[in-house]
Formats: sequence, structure tokens, C-alpha cells
Amino acid sequence: MSGASGPEAGRVPAWIWPVASLAGMIALWQAALAVIPVPTWLLPSPISIVKATWAWYPQLPAHTLATLGATLAGYGLAIAVGVPVAVLIVTSRFLEQTVYPILLVFQSVPKVAVAPILLVWVGYGQLPKILIVFLVCFFPIVIGAATGLNSAPPEMLNLVRSLCATRGQVFLKVRFPSAMPHLFVGLKVAITLAVIGAVIGEFVGSNQGLGYIIVVSMSQVNTSLAFGAMTLLAVLSIALFYAVEWIERLAVPWSRPENPVV
Amino acid sequence: MSDALSPSTPPDGALIRLRDVQKTYRSRRGEAIVAVQDVALDIRDKEFVTLVGPSGCGKSTLLMMVSGLILSSAGTIEFDGAAVRAPHPDVGLVFQNAVLMPWRTVLQNVLLPIEILRRDMTAHRRQARDLLARVGLAGFEHATPRELSGGMQQRVAICRALIHDPRVLLMDEPFAALDAMTREELGMELQRLWGDHKKTVLFVTHSIPEAVLLADRVVAMTARPGRIAEVVPVNLPRPRTAEMAYSDVFQECSERIRRHIFAQRRPAERGEAGP
Repeated sequence: MSGASGPEAGRVPAWIWPVASLAGMIALWQAALAVIPVPTWLLPSPISIVKATWAWYPQLPAHTLATLGATLAGYGLAIAVGVPVAVLIVTSRFLEQTVYPILLVFQSVPKVAVAPILLVWVGYGQLPKILIVFLVCFFPIVIGAATGLNSAPPEMLNLVRSLCATRGQVFLKVRFPSAMPHLFVGLKVAITLAVIGAVIGEFVGSNQGLGYIIVVSMSQVNTSLAFGAMTLLAVLSIALFYAVEWIERLAVPWSRPENPVV
Repeated sequence: MSDALSPSTPPDGALIRLRDVQKTYRSRRGEAIVAVQDVALDIRDKEFVTLVGPSGCGKSTLLMMVSGLILSSAGTIEFDGAAVRAPHPDVGLVFQNAVLMPWRTVLQNVLLPIEILRRDMTAHRRQARDLLARVGLAGFEHATPRELSGGMQQRVAICRALIHDPRVLLMDEPFAALDAMTREELGMELQRLWGDHKKTVLFVTHSIPEAVLLADRVVAMTARPGRIAEVVPVNLPRPRTAEMAYSDVFQECSERIRRHIFAQRRPAERGEAGP
């Protein structure tokens, strides 16, 4: 940019920079491995990762879908249960004091430790994965929803109460809409955890999914394929995060994205 | 005023009656804090009454008690002959902040009371448009609150308070957050709306000039515990104009109120004691 030019002079789209830095990092990685002799089983080069992944291409869509399915099912379940629980917590002081500590105790239990137990309880396959995703997503969603439901301005609540609004009307017209920005903070935290939860489930006991691919490929010292599966998981996670953010923009247009979270 | 305060002889058209009203809060350390004490006041139908006093004199608490959102600790509050024990929708509330819902358009915000009271939406939609036009907001029906200035937002809030045609407007420092010019402008607009709609207005402010300029009667309150020091009638003709601030009547009223507010540490000044 020449000195005297204004802010318009650059004309480089904003997405150029993250893409360029990512591409630069990959190129550097490839170049470094050409100079430093590191065996592929220890650290594969980007090109060998692409090759190994391509070799598995016919199987990968099904495994990706299995991980995606478990992630979305568990996430959906966490929303379906978490939001009503948040409503209960907000409605009753008694429930807040009794349910909240229980939630906290459950949240403090490491989910990785729960995974093998779940396997014994519900068996092999998609169901334990869904339950682990549910467990990791549940807490942030409840917290986000409860914080949001409590964030309605007192004057706004007074306003509708002065009109003799029913409890249902108070929730529908004031509490739920004002909860949306906070709820979406919880939903965005939860979606990033959801993929991790699904992978934990696949590590412990599954014959499907990208986490399963990682376990199998590492048992065969196919590090390149493990990296490929990892990359797919990262892409999946980022795509899901932006999908939630996109839904937020549609559902909560009044909340400006001036303070991006995460 | 003194005869109006005698409970046995209700004045003609007293819409709101307060008798020995007291409000006691309990602080975190368990002490009782008296916010409002011994308040007796009659507000006639279609009267414009302003409550003025220092911060923490309980004037907002008094307003909330009239709305039924807060209950008094002792004494009685009657609205149109019936004791106020719960919120009643015959009031329109306006707060210091406009408290508009950012997820609703201006028109939807104005129509909120109609929705909650489940009244006829189509009929009131026209009325809402008329009200908005009256406060100079024609063409802003589908704007969002964020797109409006503070003064415009407060105009919307006033329209919302009027849409369900309540008998009483309760206004809690409605112009306090606005700049001086907007404040004066909105004061004049409110006076016009009050003249057209003939509402009973109870208006809390800590601006003495605002209190005098708008009111039929100014209730001067003292701080902690909040009591009525004096009820000052303002004998200025309607419609009031900003120039009336230079009149002798205006100056005299302001001076009387100011004396009460700044002489609050002398309890003997209570001019509104009972019979």
C-alpha cells in the first residue's frame, strides 16, 4: 500500500489472510520434512497425508457421516433436554438449589472416564457415542440457556407483568427472546465439544467413524491416514461451528457479531 | 388540599387514593429500611401530578406501588375505589430507559400490550400507526429500536404505554436519560398527548423545572424515609410553554419545592401531616 492511500486502497478480501497463513504453514511443513529426515510413521508430510487419505477415499464418507450423525444426534438431544432443564432452573428457586449442584457434580466427572462404563450399559455402536456427545454438550447448553433466561431486563419483565401477563407470556415474549444471545454462546461452545465427544466414543468402542479410523490406522502404524482423519475431524468441527453461527445470525439478527466468542 | 386529605370526604373524581402508605425493605444485614413513610395523596382523574425529590426518596417505589408491581408494607392504595393488590392493566408504564424489545420492530413494540392483553390486533394496528405519526415517527413503523435515537426510542415507549388506552400513565423519570433539548421537546409532546387523550399522569422526576412545567400539582418529597413535604399546585394556564419558566408563578413554585428538597434535614417542615 502506498503511503497516501486511504483504507480502500488495499482491496484485499479479508479471507485472504487466514487462507494464506494456513497454506504457508503447510508449505513450510512439507519443505521442512524434505530437509530434515523424519520417518513418515513419526510425522507424515502433507503430501503423504493426502495420498493415504485418498487411498481410503471409498470408505471415508461413510465414516465421516457416522461421526457427524452421532455428533448431531447427541447435540440435538442435549438441546432438547438442556433447554427445558434451564427453564425449570430459572422458574423455581427450589429446583435451582437442588438440580444445579447435581449438574455440577456430573459436569465435574471426566467424560472420558464415563465412556467405558457407558459401553457396558448401552453396548457397542452409535448409542454410546450419542450419549457421550450428549453429556459433553449438556452443561454448556444448560448454563447458556439459564443465564440467558435470567438476563431479561427487570424493567422489561415489570412492563409485561404490569399488563398481567401470564407466566407463559413472560417466557414467550420476554425471557426466550432475551435468552437467545446467551443460548447461542452455549450452543457454540457445545458444538466444538460435540465432535470431541463423538471421537471419545469411537476410541472406546465403535467400528465406525473417523475416531475409529484413527485407532485402526495407528494400530497399523499408518500415521498418514490418522492425520488425514484428524484433518477431516477438524474440518467437520469448523464447519459445524460456522453452521451454528450462521443459524445464530438468522435467528438472532438483533445481536450484532461485534464480539465474536471462542 | 387539606380537606382532600381527610379520608371521610373523598374529592370529586379521585382516581388514585393513597393512605398512610409505607414501604419497608429489609437490607442484607437484616435491618429494616423505611423507603416510604406516611404517604397520603389523592390524585384526581385526568390530573397531571409530578413527584419530585432527591435520589432515594422513594418516589419510584411509590410509583411501582401504584402500579401494583410492588406491594406496600402498610397503608392502602386504591385505584378507582378498589384496593391495589396486584398489577392491573389500566396503567401504562414508561421507564427511564425505553426498554424496547430489540427483536421487535417499532410497530410490534407499540403493539406489545395489545398482544399480552389479547385484544384485537387489526384495530389497534391503525391506532399504533396514528400514535407513532403523532409523535413524528411516521415511516419508522418497521425500523428496529437500534436504528432510533434515544429520544425517538422514548417516544415509541410512550406510544406503547398509550396503545391499550389505560386510564393512568405512570412515568418513572422518563426523560432523565435524554439530552436537555430532547427532554424539553418530549415534555411538550407529552403535554400535548395528555391534553388529547386525557389521561391521569403520575410522573417522577428529579428536575424541579420539569416537574413544575408539566404538572397540575407537584408533590415534593424528602429523602429517607420518603415523605411528602408539600403538594404544590401550579396555577399556570394550559398549554404550558417553555417561556412560562420565566413567570413569577413558576419561580415561586420552584422556590417552594427547592426549599423542601434542600431543607430535608428539618423534619418539622412536613406540611402534609394528617388531620
